[in-house]
Amino acid sequence: MLRITDLFARVEEKEILKGLNLTVKPGEVHAIMGPNGAGKSTLGNVLSGREGYEVTGGKVEFNGKDLFDLEIEERAREGLFLAFQYPVEIPGVSNMEFLKAAVDAKRKHKGDSELSAVEFMKVAREASKRVSLDQAFLKRGVNEGFSGGEKKRNEIMQMMLLEPSLCILDETDSGLDIDALQVVANGVNAMRSPERSFIVVTHYQRLLDYIVPDYVHVLANGKIVKTGDKSLALELEEKGYAWLEDEAV
Amino acid sequence: MTDFQHQAIRLTSMQRPETWLESLRTKAADDWLAQPWPTRKTEHWKYTPLQNLQKTILHAWGREEVPLLDTLLENNLAPLNAYRLIFIDGVFDPFNSSKLPAEVVQFSKANEDQQAVVLKYLGTIIEGERHLFATLSNAWLDDGVLIHVPRNQKLDKPVYIVNVSTAAPVTTNQRVLIVLEENSSAEIVEHYFSADPVQQGFVNSLTEIHIGDNASLQHYRLNLEEEQAQHIGAVHVDLQRNARLRGFAIALGASLMRIDYQLNHRGQGGELDLQGVYVPRNNQLVDYHTNICHWVPHCRSNEAFRGIVGDSAQAIFNGRIYIHQHAQKTLAELSNKNLLTSSKAEVNTKPELEIYADDVRCAHGATVSQLNTNARYYLQSRGLSRSEAEVMLSFGFINELLEQIAQPVVHDYLQPRLAALFGRDNSLNEASSLLGDSNG
Ligand SMILES: Nc1ncnc2c1ncn2[C@@H]1O[C@H](COP(=O)(O)OP(=O)(O)OP(=O)(O)O)[C@@H](O)[C@H]1O
Ligand SMILES: [Mg+2]
Repeated sequence: MLRITDLFARVEEKEILKGLNLTVKPGEVHAIMGPNGAGKSTLGNVLSGREGYEVTGGKVEFNGKDLFDLEIEERAREGLFLAFQYPVEIPGVSNMEFLKAAVDAKRKHKGDSELSAVEFMKVAREASKRVSLDQAFLKRGVNEGFSGGEKKRNEIMQMMLLEPSLCILDETDSGLDIDALQVVANGVNAMRSPERSFIVVTHYQRLLDYIVPDYVHVLANGKIVKTGDKSLALELEEKGYAWLEDEAV
Repeated sequence: MTDFQHQAIRLTSMQRPETWLESLRTKAADDWLAQPWPTRKTEHWKYTPLQNLQKTILHAWGREEVPLLDTLLENNLAPLNAYRLIFIDGVFDPFNSSKLPAEVVQFSKANEDQQAVVLKYLGTIIEGERHLFATLSNAWLDDGVLIHVPRNQKLDKPVYIVNVSTAAPVTTNQRVLIVLEENSSAEIVEHYFSADPVQQGFVNSLTEIHIGDNASLQHYRLNLEEEQAQHIGAVHVDLQRNARLRGFAIALGASLMRIDYQLNHRGQGGELDLQGVYVPRNNQLVDYHTNICHWVPHCRSNEAFRGIVGDSAQAIFNGRIYIHQHAQKTLAELSNKNLLTSSKAEVNTKPELEIYADDVRCAHGATVSQLNTNARYYLQSRGLSRSEAEVMLSFGFINELLEQIAQPVVHDYLQPRLAALFGRDNSLNEASSLLGDSNG
């Protein structure tokens, strides 16, 4: 599914990722934890193709293709999805227009026809129900004036509609109340399948009680410094990161 | 003095003016002929050449018999439940207009009291100088629409004034006078559109608005004409104590599309919001000149115009705010944002701020913006191509203002029409209504 080999990347002349290795197989759930500023979001941005993130070394193979050969939108259509830590507000662009364009782009890529407006609205309303977002949010501007938690639910709704093969969730649990956390976790769990993989970036062990990972990694100073199973998350909760960061330097 | 100026006055001999308007006409005709013709050196006409207009031969007014345009009207009118007045090439169409309430009357049908209102208010808001074509409107004055809402009255339905231009090479002088007495309110929509892509006429329009103490007006001016149209228009407004105006303007491009707004705060506590959108394409031009004057303390004005200029089109925006030395505690905001979607498109935007009072809060900005790259990335990260994302964001840029239109029918009328310019249809909104808007 995803093979990251010795990845180096910089932002504004500053080296952030420094030789990162990670392999994700179909159906697996990987949790990434790590201190603030370690490079977790940078990894997501590099994988999705955001401008300003310069890859200076290493390679990434995604579903058999060289990821860096693909444009931002091609990566998305090939099945890569990043749920943003800070989703962008786009006033004036209606959420449902945006969602339909995204769904249609994906369908066309697969050789399917576009959905009719009515078909799409039915699917979208169903998805909004599943993330407990009132359907009024479909008519609003993309994330415009959404609360923090509502933005995160909107991200999960997009994930449900786009049915990606690799889902990267960047702190989707931050800022969620307990019910919303439950909603997000249920959404992810319902989508788990032998063909679909998840990378879940989080600071809180609690999320991993709901979304049980196959692996837990610690990302510090731009690389994966430790990998374990879900018990590693508990250990981190207790000990913090200092003991690992020392190892990494 | 130019041939055009002479020709314009010659045209008045073909009118049958009301005698009670005669003195205004005569004086204006003299003024019109006495004024210098604008050139590239004339400050407020720098970017909007009048050569083509000058070449336009003004030889006729609209025909007395209005052509049958039933289906065209059906397809183009906003479905407003309103008192509707339809003019075809400036000629009133009684068959397609509705029965009018006592508050709305044509000058030519005005009773003595109504004539007195017209004479009291018409042409009183500004002096000529900046408004050459307002002078022309006075010189051509043979009829007009008076909307006069008495004290403490609320017009129960909007007034919808529709002006259709046909392909005929005729001249139209469209005049509207709105007088809201103390504590009254009204909603007025002025809508211009073309019956034919071929446009050989010239429209000169002037709307004057007096908003009395505590009175409030929603005013819309929709210039949705075809691209060969030539239209010079103005909206002049006086706001008295605690008066309230919510204005909205929109213009597609045309061969010549020049609209002036002159707004005066003349009583304390007045509030005005004016928003506008323009989207010239191909070789079209749109020119908005707005001038907001705070003559008295404690008033608020908020103005926002946005334009998307594509192809080889040109947009001009000149937004002046004048704050008199007595106008303390003024709050004034003006923003003009432009998006260029082609390297040949052109924008000339100029804010002019003249502040003579010291205790005011004033903000203004004029920008030619780029699309937000974060937003584009977000859309692309969901699978939209770069160009799809850019078109969607462009429409979003003006849709932000469309979303604020207070009159829902006008909003629902305009939004899909503008969206269509950006390749979007209205099917999702329709599907949404079809499936029911409740959250069941
Ligand atoms: N666009 C940018 N411009 C400048 N510096 C950046 C940019 N993006 C990231 N950085 C820097 O890169 C480093 C890594 O940031 P990143 O967002 O990847 O951290 P993170 O691990 O996601 O942290 P957190 O847990 O706080 O979300 C930080 O020092 C950050 O300031
Ligand atoms: Mg982060």
